[in-house]
Amino acid sequence: MTGDSTFEFYTERRLIQLTGISARNLSELLAGLERVGGSSIFYHTHHQYLAHHFEKPLFYNDFALWISEALQLDVLAEQLAAIDLLSFSSIRALREEIIAKIRGYLAENPDNGRTAPPGDEFYFSRSKSFVLPTGNIAQDPADFFRRLPQVTNESLFYHFFEARLRLERNTNDFSRWLADRGETELAREIDSLDPYLRSLDELKADIIELGAKRGWR
Amino acid sequence: MAVTLEDYAGVIGHAVVDEIRALAQRVRGRRFKNINSTAVGGGVAELLTRIVPLLADLGIDATWDVIKGNQAFFEVTKAFHNALQGKPETITDAMLETYLETTETNLRSMNLDADVILIHDPQPAGLIQARGNDHRRWVWRCHVDISNPQRKVWDFLQPFVERYDGAIFSMPDFARQLSIPQYMVPPSIDPLSDKNRELDEEEIRCTLERFGIDPRRPILTQISRFDRFKDPLGVIAAYRMVRKRFDCQLVLAGGGATDDPEGEEVLQQVREEAAGDPDIHVLELPPFSDLAINALVRGSTIVFQKSIREGFGLTVSEALWKRKPVIGGAVGGIKLQVINGVTGYLVHSPEGAAYRALELLGNPELRRVMGENGYQHVKQNFLVTRHVEDAVLLLLALDHPDEDIVRLW
Repeated sequence: MTGDSTFEFYTERRLIQLTGISARNLSELLAGLERVGGSSIFYHTHHQYLAHHFEKPLFYNDFALWISEALQLDVLAEQLAAIDLLSFSSIRALREEIIAKIRGYLAENPDNGRTAPPGDEFYFSRSKSFVLPTGNIAQDPADFFRRLPQVTNESLFYHFFEARLRLERNTNDFSRWLADRGETELAREIDSLDPYLRSLDELKADIIELGAKRGWR
Repeated sequence: MAVTLEDYAGVIGHAVVDEIRALAQRVRGRRFKNINSTAVGGGVAELLTRIVPLLADLGIDATWDVIKGNQAFFEVTKAFHNALQGKPETITDAMLETYLETTETNLRSMNLDADVILIHDPQPAGLIQARGNDHRRWVWRCHVDISNPQRKVWDFLQPFVERYDGAIFSMPDFARQLSIPQYMVPPSIDPLSDKNRELDEEEIRCTLERFGIDPRRPILTQISRFDRFKDPLGVIAAYRMVRKRFDCQLVLAGGGATDDPEGEEVLQQVREEAAGDPDIHVLELPPFSDLAINALVRGSTIVFQKSIREGFGLTVSEALWKRKPVIGGAVGGIKLQVINGVTGYLVHSPEGAAYRALELLGNPELRRVMGENGYQHVKQNFLVTRHVEDAVLLLLALDHPDEDIVRLW
C-alpha cells in the first residue's frame, strides 16, 4: 500500500475470540494480563474506538473501565487510562506498563481485596482481524484527500492503530505514504494527532482539515 | 423467491453488503454443513432457516442436516441441557449410554462429507467421533451457558468438545476454559421475517382487538414461554404496582406448553394470579404466531423481559428493533442488549420493574429516544447480516488458525 506511488485504502473486519480467562479481582486481572496473548492486550485497549457508542465511554481502555465500574478503584482506573498509548511501539511494552501500574498499586494498597459482583467479572477476549483492500486507490496526495471523506472507521482503525502498534510500523500508514511523496511536514502533522484522544470520526475530520489547509479537499 | 443479501441493503446499506460479498468471495464453494437436533421449533432451527439460504446466496455450499433420535434420547439431552446450565438434574450412566447409542446410529446413517462441519449444541456433539485425519474442520456451536455446568455431564462432554477445531459461544460469560480456540458470535434477529418486519397500523390494531386489548390505552407486554425463569408472576406484581398510579394493560404472551409439564403448571399459576383483572391478557399462542407476536410488540408501549435467569434472550432485540424501550432482568444476554438508561432499564425486582415502567409511561419523549437507541443498537450488533458475516469470518479463521491479522490479498 505504501512504497508505491499510489495509496490503496484497506479495511478490516474482526471476529472476536474468547480466551476463557476471567478475573474477579486485581490479582486475577494481573494473572490474566501475564498469561494472555498480545492480541488480547491490543483488543482491550483499542476495540472501544470501533464500537458504536451512544455517549462517549468513561474510558476507552477496558481494564480502566472495569477497574472503575466493577472494583470502584478510581485512582488506579485513571492511572491506567492515562497511559499514553502513542508512546508505545509494541504491544509487549504496553503490557509491561499496564502490569507495572497494577503491581505498583497493589504494593501500595496490599490489603485491597475488592471483588467484582457476580456477573461483572472481566473476561479476556481478543480479536482476529481480516484485512482486505477496498479498491479505493489514491493517485497522489490531492486525490488522497478527495477520497478521505468516504473512508470508513474500520479503514482508519487499520491504518492508524493496527499498522502502528500491531504491525509495529512506528507511524500510521497515511503519514508514511505522504512522507514518501515528499509531504514530510503534513506527514508529521498527521502523525502528531493523537488518535487515542478523539473518536475515529473526529480523527478523520482533523486529517481532512490538515489537507484543506493545503488546498486539498 | 430465494432470499439474497441485497434484500437487506435497505436496512444495512449497500456498502456493508458489498463488503460481506467481498469477504465471502474468499471462501466461495466451501462445503459448510450445519447439524442440529431439530428442523422446526426453537431458536437454533429459526437461526439456521435464515442463515443457510443467505450463505448459499454468497456462493458458499451451505447445508443443514438434522440428527435422528427417539424420545428417550431427547429426554437425556434435555437433562444434559439443564445440567450444563447448572440446574439440578440426575445424570445416570444409563443416560450416557443412551446418548452414545443414538450418536452411534447417527454416525452410521449421516453423510458427514464437507469442508467445515458446524455442530450445534450438545445433542449432536458426539458426532465428532467421525473426525479422521483428513481436511475436514469441525466446530462446536454452543448456544447455552456452560460456565457453571454439573460436573458429571461436563466430564462426559468435554473430551468430545476438545476434539473440535474450535467452539463458538454467544457471549464471554457463557464460555469456559478449553484447549481449543473459542469464538464469540452473538445470536441475531431477521429484520425481514414475519416476527420483525414492518407492519401497518391497521394490522397492529386488528391484532390487538382480536385479543381483546384496547389499542388506545398503554400496553405493557412480555413475550416469553411460561417458565419460572422468565418470572411472569413478578411481571404481574410489577404491573399491579404500576396500575395503582397509571392506567395500563398487561399482555403476557407465549407459546403453548403441551410437552412441558412445568410450563403447564406455571401457566396455571399465571392464570390464577391474573383472574378477575380484565386488563391482564394471558395469551397462549399456537405455533407459527410470528405475525401476531410482531403486532403485539409493535402495539405495546413498553416491553418487559424480566427474567431471573436467561440464555441470550433474543426477545429483547426483537422488541428493541421495533423501537420499544425494554425493562429487562440484569441476567445473561439481556445485559448485552439492554444498555441501562440508554435502550431501556436493567432491573433486579418487581419494584424496580414497576418504578422504571412508571418513569417511561409518564415520559413519551424518553420512550421515543430509548426506542430509537434500541433500534440502532440492534442494527449495529444483532442483525442476521452480522451473523452471516461472522460465519464467513469463521470459515476464513479456520483457514488461518495461527494469525492474529489475516491479510486477504
